[in-house]
Amino acid sequence: MSLLEVDNVTLKFGGVTAVDHVSFEVEEGEVFALVGPNGAGKSTLFNLVSRFYDPVEGDIRFRGESLLKRKAHEVAACGIARTFQNIELFEHASVLQNLLVGRHTHRATNLVSELLFLPSVRKAERAHREAVEKVIDFLDLQAFRDKTIAGLPYGVRKVVEMGRALALEPKLLLLDEPASGLSTEETQDVAFWIEDIKTQMGVTVLMVEHDMHPSRRSATG
Amino acid sequence: MRTLFKTSYDFDIRLVKHAGHALWYGLLVLFALAVPLLFDVFLIGEATSLLIWSIGGMGLMILVGQAGQESLGHAAFLAVGCYANTILQDRMGLPFLLALPLAGLISGFAGVLLALPTARLHGIYLAIATLAVSMLVEDVIILAEPVTGGVGGLVAPTISIFGVEFDRYAAPGRFYYLVLAVTILVVFAYLNLLRSPLGRAFAAVRDSEISARAMGVDIARAKATAFGLSTAITGLCGALMGHFAGVFNHESFTLITSIQMLMMVVIGGLGTIHGAFFGAAVVVLLPQAIVFARDFIGSFTGAGSVAVPGLEAAIFGVILVLFILFEPLGIYGRWIKTRTFFDLFPFYRKSMFRRQKSYLKTERMR
Repeated sequence: MSLLEVDNVTLKFGGVTAVDHVSFEVEEGEVFALVGPNGAGKSTLFNLVSRFYDPVEGDIRFRGESLLKRKAHEVAACGIARTFQNIELFEHASVLQNLLVGRHTHRATNLVSELLFLPSVRKAERAHREAVEKVIDFLDLQAFRDKTIAGLPYGVRKVVEMGRALALEPKLLLLDEPASGLSTEETQDVAFWIEDIKTQMGVTVLMVEHDMHPSRRSATG
Repeated sequence: MRTLFKTSYDFDIRLVKHAGHALWYGLLVLFALAVPLLFDVFLIGEATSLLIWSIGGMGLMILVGQAGQESLGHAAFLAVGCYANTILQDRMGLPFLLALPLAGLISGFAGVLLALPTARLHGIYLAIATLAVSMLVEDVIILAEPVTGGVGGLVAPTISIFGVEFDRYAAPGRFYYLVLAVTILVVFAYLNLLRSPLGRAFAAVRDSEISARAMGVDIARAKATAFGLSTAITGLCGALMGHFAGVFNHESFTLITSIQMLMMVVIGGLGTIHGAFFGAAVVVLLPQAIVFARDFIGSFTGAGSVAVPGLEAAIFGVILVLFILFEPLGIYGRWIKTRTFFDLFPFYRKSMFRRQKSYLKTERMR
């Protein structure tokens, strides 16, 4: 059984068919790249997997279970994290807080205990911060840890977004153009990180890229 | 400039970040405790009023500053809290210690009820929907005369906790301490919210709904929770306001009050607890300042103290416009800038606080 199966999916916006009977399977432990020119519907496919859109036809299965039964906010809890093509970070929060939002699916405390900050909440907070600190180490974000997103350069935002997705501890990571707008060095860093995400963290990666070069470097399938 | 050397995760979790924090906020609490000993009855009353407004300010701040949802209807929840508190004590005979939190809960529940249909609204549409609620509640108070006393209003009972009376006129100092206690509790709840997952979920909803959803935040639920929390605290404020005013009717909670509350959080500084207090100070002290200024000018011109209708509202309006134009970060933002100027002297640059251009936003998925 494949990790992610996109089965004969079609999406129409009015008269425009954005995705036309697309099928593919992503196996566990691989880096799968979707390549195509602008407007080919790559990001739309991501949005379908994230459940922002409902397909007209077809099915999307994650570990054999249909994702179509789930709402958009429930997809993350299945273990699917994503980044956006036009960075969607929480602008007025610090890098640390952004990454901590990635831990939201692991929230086990409730409103009342959080308002009182009971010992159980403190314990959970320490665990969240430990997990986030690992991601910060992995992506070399120490220097930007307490900076507000609104003041950060583009390249760093791109990395923070990847970090936020990793903080979720996903099974499947969707990267929407991870290298777009980055310099050659930054692109190389991203390529290494994707390699490490696959081998060290055991996370399967599905990425969109319209530049063949980085995809050819990283993709295994 | 202070450099913090962090050696454990608790450095990011704890409320008191460094010795300076402990010193200054300790002094502030000491000063707050000493107010009834230092000042006369009039100033104690003003201080009490300031604290009550700050509670309401924090209530609205959670909604507007933390979760990014506008509300022009918070006077309605002041009213719900105020009436619930009085009715619970007068008609049901509940003690104040039970009636106050219950009033908060009832108000919070009303807030959640409002949030359910309005959760999908954004910006100006949400403002209009809440504005309607504010106007509706005024009429409901008049119509529900058997419960609310209609136009005649209600008289708040004297607070009695285990036989000790906290009357606003007979024991202003005691009443002040009671309000101070509630204020401190709300501040702690707010601080805890900021350092826990829910507070971060609010920030996520405020800054980018789309990626909040991708991170697993249930937007509708987070908004409803924000509304509930915010209106619960506002209800507490309303209950205390009732006790402070003594007598209240539908005119105590008008649309103007709602606008005043929103103004308070904007002028104070959105998204900060300090902002709620600074805003409350402006709202409470400005009318007094206007009265003093008028008498002062009157003593020169010989015109005496002539009341100018609408003067207060006009001055409030001008201040709000000036803040939005020149200091969108509010009074607290101005303070942060001043502090940074001295911290980094002489390296402070004006552009340090300029809003950075945000890169292309994904707007098409709504």
